[in-house]
Amino acid sequence: MESLFLVIATLCYLTATAGYLVYLFKDREQLHRISWTVMLAGALFHAAAVLMSTVSAGRLPVTTIQEALSLFALVFVVTYLILQLRLQLRILGSFVSPLAVIFMLSSSFLPAHVMPKSELFKSGWVVIHVGSLFVANALFALAFSVGIMYLLQERHIKKKNFGFLYERLPSLERLDSIAHYCLMSGFPLMTVGLITGFAYAAIVWHSPWNWDPKEILSLVTWIIYAVLVHERLAVGWRGRRAAWLAIIGFSAVLLTFFGAGLLLSGHHSVLSGKV
Amino acid sequence: MSRIVLLGMNHKTAPVEIREQLAVACRQEVNPLHMLPHLKHVEELVFLSTCNRVEFLFTCHSLHEGIREIKAALKTHMGLAASVPLDSYLYVHEDLGAVKHLFLVASSLDSMIVGEPQILGQLKKAYRDAIEYRTVKVILNRLLHKSFSVAKRVRTETCIGSCAVSVSYAAVELARKIFGDLRDKRVLLIGAGEMAELAAEHFLRQGVHRMVVANRTLERAMELADRFKAETVSFDRFLEELKTTDIVVSSTGSQEPVIRYQDVRSRMRERRNKPLFFIDIAVPRDIEPKVNEIDNVYLYDIDDLQGIIDLNREERLKQAKTAEHIIDEETLKFRNWMNSLSAVPTIVSVREKAETIRRNEIRKTFAQLPDLTDKEKESIEILTESIIKKFLHDPIVFLKRKAQRDAQAVYMDFAQQLFKLNNGAGDADAAPVDSENADASDQNFDAKK
Repeated sequence: MESLFLVIATLCYLTATAGYLVYLFKDREQLHRISWTVMLAGALFHAAAVLMSTVSAGRLPVTTIQEALSLFALVFVVTYLILQLRLQLRILGSFVSPLAVIFMLSSSFLPAHVMPKSELFKSGWVVIHVGSLFVANALFALAFSVGIMYLLQERHIKKKNFGFLYERLPSLERLDSIAHYCLMSGFPLMTVGLITGFAYAAIVWHSPWNWDPKEILSLVTWIIYAVLVHERLAVGWRGRRAAWLAIIGFSAVLLTFFGAGLLLSGHHSVLSGKV
Repeated sequence: MSRIVLLGMNHKTAPVEIREQLAVACRQEVNPLHMLPHLKHVEELVFLSTCNRVEFLFTCHSLHEGIREIKAALKTHMGLAASVPLDSYLYVHEDLGAVKHLFLVASSLDSMIVGEPQILGQLKKAYRDAIEYRTVKVILNRLLHKSFSVAKRVRTETCIGSCAVSVSYAAVELARKIFGDLRDKRVLLIGAGEMAELAAEHFLRQGVHRMVVANRTLERAMELADRFKAETVSFDRFLEELKTTDIVVSSTGSQEPVIRYQDVRSRMRERRNKPLFFIDIAVPRDIEPKVNEIDNVYLYDIDDLQGIIDLNREERLKQAKTAEHIIDEETLKFRNWMNSLSAVPTIVSVREKAETIRRNEIRKTFAQLPDLTDKEKESIEILTESIIKKFLHDPIVFLKRKAQRDAQAVYMDFAQQLFKLNNGAGDADAAPVDSENADASDQNFDAKK
């Protein structure tokens, strides 16, 4: 049942992405509405699957990188769906939905290691830690998409070379303000997520910092975003440089996620036996 | 059956002398709609007048008489003697041709500058005038509303409206792509030439927040400032304005650049890197081209803008094809509506006739049976009503279905004869049905019998 739901969800995301890619070339509001609805349907199936595995395991399904990525894809899609209602920036779907599909597909291709059952994951701390970090990362992923849109549009205007996307993409200021909004709401969440992580580590391992590769990479990511937030607020950084930093920041997020999860060992890693 | 006619002239058909006279007529306050009561053959009338076109859209029963009356009205409106020949400048579109022409006009495909948006506003005003003078009824009311929605469809499904074809318009479009909303933006005009004036006008129409004028001769600056409710700043101090301005339109006659790379660069930090858009329409150029290299600064000179305009011209031609397809589609849809329209009065009269008969019979029956209680009377009312309703159901469904056909007039005529409806008799001679078609339908009827 669970895996069936996941397959249906993936198919929904794929359909929505196809719709949104056509929307990129054909400006039909109908296309957007259908794609959005299909994506919502996908999210519902996805949520049902996640809920089932949570109930059956008695903990959040984040112990393998596969589960974690799938959950992240869900959080990302839901964040997008909600934000779309607020922003009414239809073209955003064309840049966001492929990401959702990539997350979803890579989650099913990644190795599914069975973790030793651990009581450590049943704590409420983990829920807050994972929840806030995932929402933060979803917002950063949106900032990443918007950053790409910004760079494309900026290039059109700066180089005076107008591709077909020029008409479709919104104004630079709009894109920049959306990126700003994602960043300003994502950064505090990320901070909360990291603090709860350290606090929980301090409780269970009696030391908040264990030189775990994921911890180190997370801190680096946090510093990148901290610099971006600071520069935006204090100096008024915006535009191209801010868009690039948002893209670099999210790349760091991905590196943290995959790199630490797959390649390096530590207590976040599925390959390590520490937990 | 009513015919729709569109009679008029525009920049393509009338030479400039005639259009000049139009322009004079365009400015006067009198609206020819007030003449409608004197036009015996014209039923509905809409009058559209811009300085590049004048058009009468009307419905009538007799084409010949209607057109004659409207031509006379046009001459009166333009202040010409009745003997002046106008026919060679005029075009007359009938029925579907008129519908299509109106859709073309509304979508700005017939305009001098294809895609310019003003025409729709002018058409809407023409419609409002017609409402005020009560000169539109069912057909033109529907047609005008349809033309607005067609124009909207063309606008959203093609980019005909968004391809800028004048320098100042292109500049405004670019500004919108950089800033989005222009309402809280400030514009600085350096130099006060004619081009700058045009651009300023465009920006003001977009509702920019504030405008500042810097010119070497203060007098001219004051003059412009008065017109645009702007402020003035002395020419040697305009660089300070760069800190708070968002859009700069420069058009001085200076031989040397008036804004240099360093001037802008050193002020970006103070602006907190907010985007700055330079429009340099001066030749030789006023702003160092290197300025475009600064982050969040966008510089367009006259050639860049001209390049956009040329691109847009080509694109516009392509889009016009798509637009015409949409218009053809909508014209057909309108024809279907027109066709079903004439079924409606037929159906109404069938129902009315049945109801009259029922009432008369009920009155007679009740007169003969004085002992009936109220409840019994009510039952009889309901009974007769439902008999009529059920009996007429199938014929009415039949008529509604046939209303979509080309030969509908034949069916309507047949129905009117079948039920002996007097008021529909006039339809027979006006119905545009060729005999061949009518014969075919008659055979159909025979076959069914």
